[in-house]
Amino acid sequence: MPVTLHPITIITGKAVPVPGANMDTDRIIPARFLKCVTFDELDGKMFYDERFNADGTSKNHPIDALQHAGAVIIIGGENFGYGSSREHAPQAIKRSGIRAVVAESFAEIFFGNSSGIGLPCVCASAADLESINENLAKHPEAEWTLNLESMQLSNGEKDYPVHMPEGPRNAFLRGRWDSVTELLEAREAVQKKAASLPCPRTMR
Amino acid sequence: MGKTLYQKVWEAHTVGKLPDGRTQLFIATHYVHEVTSPQAFAMLRESGLPVLHPERTFATVDHIIPTDDQHEPFADRRAQKMISALRTNCRETGIRFFDLPSGQQGIVHMIGPELGISQPGMTIACGDSHTATHGAMGAIAMGIGSTQVRDVLATQSLSLSPLKVRQVRVEGQLRPGVTAKDVALHIIGKLGAQGGLGYAYEFAGSVVQQMDMDGRLTLCNLAIEGAARCGYVNPDETTFAYLRGRPYAPQGADWDAAVKRWKSFASDADAVYDDIVRIDATDIEPTITWGTSPDMSVGISATLPELSHAENDEQKRAWQAAYEYMKFAPGEKMKGKKVDVVFIGSCTNGRMQDFRAVAALLRGRHVAAGVRALAVPGSQMTAKMCEKEGIADIFRTAGFEWRLPGCSMCLAMNPDKLTGDELCASTSNRNFKGRQGSPTGRTLLMSPLMAAATAITGCVSDPREVFINTQL
Repeated sequence: MPVTLHPITIITGKAVPVPGANMDTDRIIPARFLKCVTFDELDGKMFYDERFNADGTSKNHPIDALQHAGAVIIIGGENFGYGSSREHAPQAIKRSGIRAVVAESFAEIFFGNSSGIGLPCVCASAADLESINENLAKHPEAEWTLNLESMQLSNGEKDYPVHMPEGPRNAFLRGRWDSVTELLEAREAVQKKAASLPCPRTMR
Repeated sequence: MGKTLYQKVWEAHTVGKLPDGRTQLFIATHYVHEVTSPQAFAMLRESGLPVLHPERTFATVDHIIPTDDQHEPFADRRAQKMISALRTNCRETGIRFFDLPSGQQGIVHMIGPELGISQPGMTIACGDSHTATHGAMGAIAMGIGSTQVRDVLATQSLSLSPLKVRQVRVEGQLRPGVTAKDVALHIIGKLGAQGGLGYAYEFAGSVVQQMDMDGRLTLCNLAIEGAARCGYVNPDETTFAYLRGRPYAPQGADWDAAVKRWKSFASDADAVYDDIVRIDATDIEPTITWGTSPDMSVGISATLPELSHAENDEQKRAWQAAYEYMKFAPGEKMKGKKVDVVFIGSCTNGRMQDFRAVAALLRGRHVAAGVRALAVPGSQMTAKMCEKEGIADIFRTAGFEWRLPGCSMCLAMNPDKLTGDELCASTSNRNFKGRQGSPTGRTLLMSPLMAAATAITGCVSDPREVFINTQL
């Protein structure tokens, strides 16, 4: 039987800016943190080299600013999650307490990885992101609400429209974002496909 | 109305529509490696799910493998733990593992085509973004994350939405000294690092038709650097000739039937594309990146862009940050910049044709003093052939460290790393900040020809000038 996880509908909390286009997966989680057989050690490692110098001193990234402490929403730029397929990237973000990412656009693989682990990624227009960032600069400690039903990001004063393809959005709202549950249901159809499609095998 | 290869392969592998509106897509061939699979196997164990089709998954070890001494246990205990975990996972689930003693180990995107496992008309997935490489065989090949690796292991399928298809036509004749790598960097520079979002790229046109398989693999490998999750080339006689006789390719009577089937997947002449981009081959120079994203590139004779030429504020800020990190300035030329390290290898340029081309230039020449030069064949099969053809010795004699197969200095998950702010001429695929293992290390992406010229002179060089008396 497929497992229904908790639906993800409304996310409320502080936001933190991680600006710039093409925020790549090597910056989200440097490769040295990938040397593990679980995702357990990724808590707190997101954007590590963006936040800390080699000697461990702070680069004063907004993530580490007191006003943004405990933020649950990242405000990013264009092509967020560009690069590698490493799920360690959204895992590091999620395990560091982030529950949603708002950006102008997302790299395909990053988006798929995030959706599969229950981390919604929604798009906002460049103009709205600018306004959101201005707002965030003025009121860094403000509470924001991301609503996947109404598809709006709001700070109580202003509502910004956000977008996400219907498929993953439905999956979040229905609590079926872990895709394996639904994929398992079509076992027979998969077996039929497997029988009809060649499988590479060696004669030697 | 005709169909593209992408549409045909997608339809042939569609299991059905999922309740959320996405497609359940059957994955014909699946590759796993040590970095992104252990979490997936752990998830399977936790939920008590078996591997549905172990015969359709193939494993290798590449990212963490040292390239100087591969005796176990490795000095890095974490690396040892990762290879050991993969061994256990494959043994317990019946997955074929091309382990170190197999003679067939190598970078996953090298061995799939080399062994003839990646074939036209297939859907191919692997927990690695450069899976796009296998599209050169005429397949839909894509990178996935670990949770999706679990999905493929458990259900041999993925939940996906189809991409749009952009045909990238490269027409004309490439100029001497211009390689598939330069074509790819040129395309990414032109369309932008985010230009391919939402698209699969069909590489076409006379240049691609004439390109050998190793070149096509390089081209498709870099589709993802332009944000296109898949890149592919329609299968043709070049593809079939490459596959013929490879260990996993069909044989005997099966071969003819397979070729006939493969041909049917090629895009129809009247296929409709969501977008078409035309590139004039004569516009392409030997190309080099100067920044921290693969789209920050210039032809070797051009000057670095002025900030005022940025398309918008966002790009201006990105360029400014890149100049600061790279310690370069607008208006400068890349030519003549002194490098510390030269790296020839990776899933982008670690193939036979890459080493053959460079070896032909290295005879009688030597790596410049003060330059550390690494040549790392991408697979054991390639390494063996390089020894057999005398290529490895040419590299050694020229002063290169000739290494054992692996991902090496592409991504800093093994001992091959930059230190401090070293400048590296690299044939790999990413120039992201910190990519090569030092948080301040600097990467210049280029072709193997330019890397060879740079190794010899010790500073960024135009291969057409260094090898002026050699036919490039």
